[in-house]
Amino acid sequence: MTSATSSKAARPAPGPPREYHFPRFERRRLDNGIELVVAPVAKVPLVTVAVLSDAGAVCDRPGQEGLAQLVAKLLLEGTINSDGAELAERFERLGASIDAAADWDSSSVTMTALSEHLSASFDLLGEVMRTPAFRVREVERLKGERLAELLQLRAEPRGLADELFSRFLYAPSSRFAHSEGGDERSVAAIDREQILSFYQARYVPGGATVIVTGDITADRAEELTRRALTGWSGSAPSRIVADDVPARFERAVHVIAKSDAPQSELRIGHVGIPRNHPDFFAVNVMNAVLGGLFNSRINLNLREVHGYTYGAFSGYEWRRQAGPFVVSTAVKSDITDAAAREVLAEIDRIRTEPIAAEELSLATSYLDGVFPIRFETTASIAAALAVLVIQGLPEDYYDRYRQRVRAVTVDEILNAAQNYLHPNAMQMIVVGDPSAVAPSLDKLGFGPVTLYDTLGHPSA
Amino acid sequence: MRIPIETFRLPNGLFVTLSQDHTAPIVAVNLWYHVGSANEPPGRTGFAHLFEHMLFQGSADVDANEHFELVQRAGGTLNGSTWLERTNYFETVPSNQLELALWLEANRMGKLLPAMTQQKLDTQRDVVMNERRWSMDNQPYGTWMEKLPALCFPPEHPFHHSLMGSMEDLTAASLNDVAQFFATYYTPDNAVLSVAGDFDQSEARRLIELHFGSIPRGKGKPALPDMSLPPVFGQWKREVVPDDIMLPRLFLAFRSPAFGTKEYYAASVCGAILGVRNGSRLRRRLVRERQVAADASAFTYDLAKGSDLLVVDVTARPGVPAEQLEQEVADEIDVMVRDGIEPADVERAVALIQTSFVSAMQQAGERADRISLFATYFGRPEMVNEELGHYEAVTSDRVNEFIRERLGENNRASLLYIPRDDAAVELVGVDAAAGAR
Repeated sequence: MTSATSSKAARPAPGPPREYHFPRFERRRLDNGIELVVAPVAKVPLVTVAVLSDAGAVCDRPGQEGLAQLVAKLLLEGTINSDGAELAERFERLGASIDAAADWDSSSVTMTALSEHLSASFDLLGEVMRTPAFRVREVERLKGERLAELLQLRAEPRGLADELFSRFLYAPSSRFAHSEGGDERSVAAIDREQILSFYQARYVPGGATVIVTGDITADRAEELTRRALTGWSGSAPSRIVADDVPARFERAVHVIAKSDAPQSELRIGHVGIPRNHPDFFAVNVMNAVLGGLFNSRINLNLREVHGYTYGAFSGYEWRRQAGPFVVSTAVKSDITDAAAREVLAEIDRIRTEPIAAEELSLATSYLDGVFPIRFETTASIAAALAVLVIQGLPEDYYDRYRQRVRAVTVDEILNAAQNYLHPNAMQMIVVGDPSAVAPSLDKLGFGPVTLYDTLGHPSA
Repeated sequence: MRIPIETFRLPNGLFVTLSQDHTAPIVAVNLWYHVGSANEPPGRTGFAHLFEHMLFQGSADVDANEHFELVQRAGGTLNGSTWLERTNYFETVPSNQLELALWLEANRMGKLLPAMTQQKLDTQRDVVMNERRWSMDNQPYGTWMEKLPALCFPPEHPFHHSLMGSMEDLTAASLNDVAQFFATYYTPDNAVLSVAGDFDQSEARRLIELHFGSIPRGKGKPALPDMSLPPVFGQWKREVVPDDIMLPRLFLAFRSPAFGTKEYYAASVCGAILGVRNGSRLRRRLVRERQVAADASAFTYDLAKGSDLLVVDVTARPGVPAEQLEQEVADEIDVMVRDGIEPADVERAVALIQTSFVSAMQQAGERADRISLFATYFGRPEMVNEELGHYEAVTSDRVNEFIRERLGENNRASLLYIPRDDAAVELVGVDAAAGAR
């Protein structure tokens, strides 16, 4: 890259920054054990309500993978009062958008409604949490939809690469080695009894947090929560801790055959670190320099220097236990090995040489400056508070975030790269044309190459 | 909710809109050029989009990739996008960085060409070809994005050809094309600049005049041909696409009234009744009750010239053949044509549209973009404040009138994706058996 010459016009200097703070929020504990977190933001007549339960996919027992996600989705498929169609109709006539999902660490039912419809929508949300019906017809339909999703995945290289990456990364005994939503066998085995007992054990006020953000006061939020969730009882379930043991400690290449694919979906990475880690900020900034930003080393190298790809990024997936660290990209089939070599070279480089001061300041000034832009909506503020609650972060986490980002040093980045990037344990997953990629990846000498079909079974 | 809007026009023709909101120290800068894939000359499909990539390759005072670097260093987010009728570029930055964003946009509007090189063009051509592979060629059903407009618009119509472009045309694009396209379309009198968020009105105006004022007006652009089409296709158009997929999927399109017309809002409400969220007709009937579809949705293209498209998008459940899927969807549309819809259907759709509009308008970038849209297409940014009123005025009678006129068999275009070989069908059998165990 050329350096700016003196003939170029000066860039405008920024004016004095205006102060910003993350929306003030208040926590209250209700009689039945519900934790209420309210962030009043009076910008538009809109409120988001999120009900978090300790009912994430880590709670699935072996052989029942997919249960947590199925239960979360079934909450919106009918209550004792209303069948699924009628329930959807009741929310939507109020203009309330509602979604339910379970990720690894938690489940959430999230609703956004205009202030004028909040009271009625909130009551309906309470009905969903307290009295789901789990009708057999809906249970079987959603199981069928999950099977359709799994079938679709076989022909979808991006999703397939992500899915099989986790499978090859974690030991089979780890919940993380299995799909968040379950596979054909585990989903088929789930029945209504299991669903009901999962709901009864884990959807309880003692383990629930209600987050309310937007055009509302804390008192009003408490009043609506009490009214909507009255009669809901139960104490907190025991916390399930996932096993995050890697499948192997040496390098390996896993090629999933998709013949005639014009591109290879490439994933390179290993098991990362838990969210609540003392070096979180150094690791986060290190990743921004490596592959977290558009102007990161990996994207500039693969996209802007070589034109190998439309985009290449790296990231840590943050969970209570160690989620994956992964570099993701899609490259033209015939240069798969060359692209992989560049990724590995960038990982080596950030582990051996201190980054330049301008690289550090680009990453930290971006993360610092973009902070207010991340919280423009009631939904994004609720999502940020959900992370705080689920990951058990300190109350002043968002108030201190920018200061802690700015405090990260070049030495800390080098330490983070050396301690938390593991070139010798890297797994490489390629979904692509085996005849085009396997021989050249073999020659790359990264590790033994194994071929698989789209179900992840080794090819004969 | 009323979005405040001030407007003015610079002597060089640049139309400017300003919308203040001081809730957070954030400001969005949003620039729309009234040029899209519809303006591409023959043999240059995909050029408007390739050109969008070139706008991030620097300008006289900005190095390659420095545009991204400067905005991110300032704590901002940015991107650009290309559509059939327009190309937009946008940044959201901390409000004390407004001048930087304006300066960057002005520098590339005024002085792009000195920075253009053959090497940059070659690299971005490779990047775009990889984008095509990533979003279309190596993605199940990905080609619908170019096949549906090709099916729905006659060959000579500017909306017919591929926005992403053919590999052949992308290969043929030259630096001379870049210079021509820039001189013709990237001029202040063919652009709208919107600023939304936390700024001082007179200061913003001063900065805009300072940085954009000296850019010369363009020499005018070639007029698009007459875009108007008859209200209906006049037949049921059909195309079957064998693809590397597991489940059949149908895109069923209807020619519909152009975006921004009074009739458009009835069509848009009809789309929401058919396929927006869980309570919609197609989800309720095909996914929930009949269980023949894994998913169903509906959307409009929002084309402002000539006519628009309303599209229904339905994916089959495992075991449901493509022909049955198409028949089931057609049956539901036929029922709608025969029986019409009820006022309650309209209430549900409009209530959802209200919430999603207010929700989107929380973001400075979304506000600026919506204002730019109305300013670019109609010269009337204040239409952003009239939108909800238009939706609230839609009655079931008007939707039923639209349904009778536009959802009949003489106005349908089916793009039906079917699994390419028998392998997928066998796998369906295997999985269905696994599901039964």
